[in-house]
Amino acid sequence: MMRDYFFYTDKMTVGYDGKPLIKEIEIKVNRGEILTLIGPNGAGKSTILKSITRQLKTIGGVVYLDGKMMQKMTDKEVSRRLSVVLTERIRPEMMTCEEVVGTGRYPYTGTLGILSSKDWEKVSEAMEMVHASELKKRDFTAISDGQRQRILLARAICQEPEIIILDEPTSFLDIKHKLELLNILKHMVVRRHVAVIMSLHELDLAQKISDVIVCVHGESIEKYGTPEKIFTSEYIHELYDMTSGSYNADFGCLEMEAPKGEPKVFVIAGNGSGIKEYRRLQRAGIAFLTGILHRNDIDYEVAKALASGIIEEEPFEQISEKKFQEALESIKSCEKVICCIQKFGTMNRKNEMLLEAARQMGIQIERR
Amino acid sequence: MEKRAYSRYCFAFLLLGGLLLLLFIWNVNSGSVSLSVKEIFQIIFFRRGEETAYNIVWEIRLPRILAGIILGGALSVSGFLLQTFFSNPIAGPFVLGISSGAKLVVSLVMIACLEYSYTAGSGVLILAAFFGSLICMGFILLISRKVKRMSMLVIGGIMIGYICSAITDFVVTFADDSNIVNLHNWSMGSFSGMSWENVAVMTTVTAIAMIAAFFMSKPISAYQLGEVYAQNMGVNIKVFRIMLILISSILSACVTAFAGPISFVGIAVPHLVKNIFKTAKPILVIPGCFLGGAVFCLFCDLIARTVFAPTELSISSVTAVFGAPVVIYIMIRRQKTI
Repeated sequence: MMRDYFFYTDKMTVGYDGKPLIKEIEIKVNRGEILTLIGPNGAGKSTILKSITRQLKTIGGVVYLDGKMMQKMTDKEVSRRLSVVLTERIRPEMMTCEEVVGTGRYPYTGTLGILSSKDWEKVSEAMEMVHASELKKRDFTAISDGQRQRILLARAICQEPEIIILDEPTSFLDIKHKLELLNILKHMVVRRHVAVIMSLHELDLAQKISDVIVCVHGESIEKYGTPEKIFTSEYIHELYDMTSGSYNADFGCLEMEAPKGEPKVFVIAGNGSGIKEYRRLQRAGIAFLTGILHRNDIDYEVAKALASGIIEEEPFEQISEKKFQEALESIKSCEKVICCIQKFGTMNRKNEMLLEAARQMGIQIERR
Repeated sequence: MEKRAYSRYCFAFLLLGGLLLLLFIWNVNSGSVSLSVKEIFQIIFFRRGEETAYNIVWEIRLPRILAGIILGGALSVSGFLLQTFFSNPIAGPFVLGISSGAKLVVSLVMIACLEYSYTAGSGVLILAAFFGSLICMGFILLISRKVKRMSMLVIGGIMIGYICSAITDFVVTFADDSNIVNLHNWSMGSFSGMSWENVAVMTTVTAIAMIAAFFMSKPISAYQLGEVYAQNMGVNIKVFRIMLILISSILSACVTAFAGPISFVGIAVPHLVKNIFKTAKPILVIPGCFLGGAVFCLFCDLIARTVFAPTELSISSVTAVFGAPVVIYIMIRRQKTI
């Protein structure tokens, strides 16, 4: 039931100037959960978030917060329940970080907006939560992007919201700060029991931190569900309409486009030894074949993205004679064999034989 | 609040207050007729003294000084509000052409009144100036929707200012000769020729606008983080923006109606005040700007009156000399940080 959710939208339609962009959006999130919007640039993730935070008027449908229609709530009422972290850069003049965080207390202050000592305690608490206590007296405009995002998150926490909306909170951040920020967010969701709705560009992180994923594509919400359901390589390719390169949803890893043309190189690999070689050949623009790989070999995942062809074998099986012959045929059409394996074992004995056969055929061999 | 910051704010207020007192005394004591301090003391506090001296102090110097204090303060606060509104450190009633718009409508009204041999009262002039300010403000708002860069907005404002000034000059040229001198003086900007009635009207208008501005410090400081954050803190943006425009227009209209357009005070003073206080918190900066503007204008008026006495300089020439370098400094510093 929709009504059981803390926050939900009922057939919300959003857009600019009365023109609908995304129709009949149904987003549901409970306290203690993180919901993440993913989708290509310009799909309207920000538009949806702006409509939820009431920067934009919704064109149709209803947004409910704790069972109440948000359209009927005053700005003040909303401010005590919902806070935001935005992408646009702010440059407040002569404000220390502590003061920026302090603005989160505004909904709770009197006519002149003076913070009480209790408010300042909450400011300290929020700053501690984002590990930014040492920034208190620093000028907000003089700190790094990563620190700035943490301060803005502290500001949002300080507002004691029941739900936080974040628009691409990790853009501009390096990997260390991305992880740090999302970890803080995750802890906060658990500790303060708040609901989070955000948009992320980093699919790998979205997959790991979110409880619910919403895919925005075209005129509607294309898919809605748990990360396990959403993140398949096929679907992500479709969602982002990827025409070059590929995304591996299991590892959250992007690969460049496979080199084109007639493959002239055969790579004997396995046990992760081939990954570096595959990438090197890709960079050089040399098309290649590879094998014989078990489908559970880690090389297999990269080979799938970069090789023109793979001679593959079932997991946990000895390499069959059929596959061996297939590989031999392939090697005959190649000018060079690269062997990345240093030491062969019983499972890949046939690869060793492959190398020996190539040598006898007089094909150029390089060992790595 | 921290102790150190607290004592800094106290110091800043005391400094500005002290300077104001000093300049007040200095201003009363200087002029083409020299009067001793003792004489002036007696004239002001015991209302005793020789008649000419009494009149000079009570009818000329005091109203002029009070006008300088009130209008200078009003102008600075108006500048601060506009800077907040446009989140642009070099916005102000003069550079955005708002003063010139007010000047244009006021001169039209003045000339029209002269044609029918009717002297326009302070109230009429303020209304005219307010109307002119709002028209120019409207244009500036239209421009600000199209351009996002602060320099472009200011250039737009300066152009509007030029257009208004050109039309004003045009109209003044065709006005009745005998009245031009008076009009010309006013359109250059001056605190001279203030009457007690003028002072009473400007005090009332400014006081009301100042109180309104002061009680808006909370939404203003929320707005300093940008519109969206302000809204998220519970500020009704639509109402807030209208209020901010109305208050800043009333303040700058009041100044233009009585003293003509005065340049640079609106930009330089808020900037200096923020640097003295080392904060941009509106709850401190709004009263700080009022005091600072008063000090700045009294100082400039003193120079305008005395340096080439008996010839009087236009107040704008003096404020420009001290204000323009501040603007250049702000622009250079902004360039570095962006």
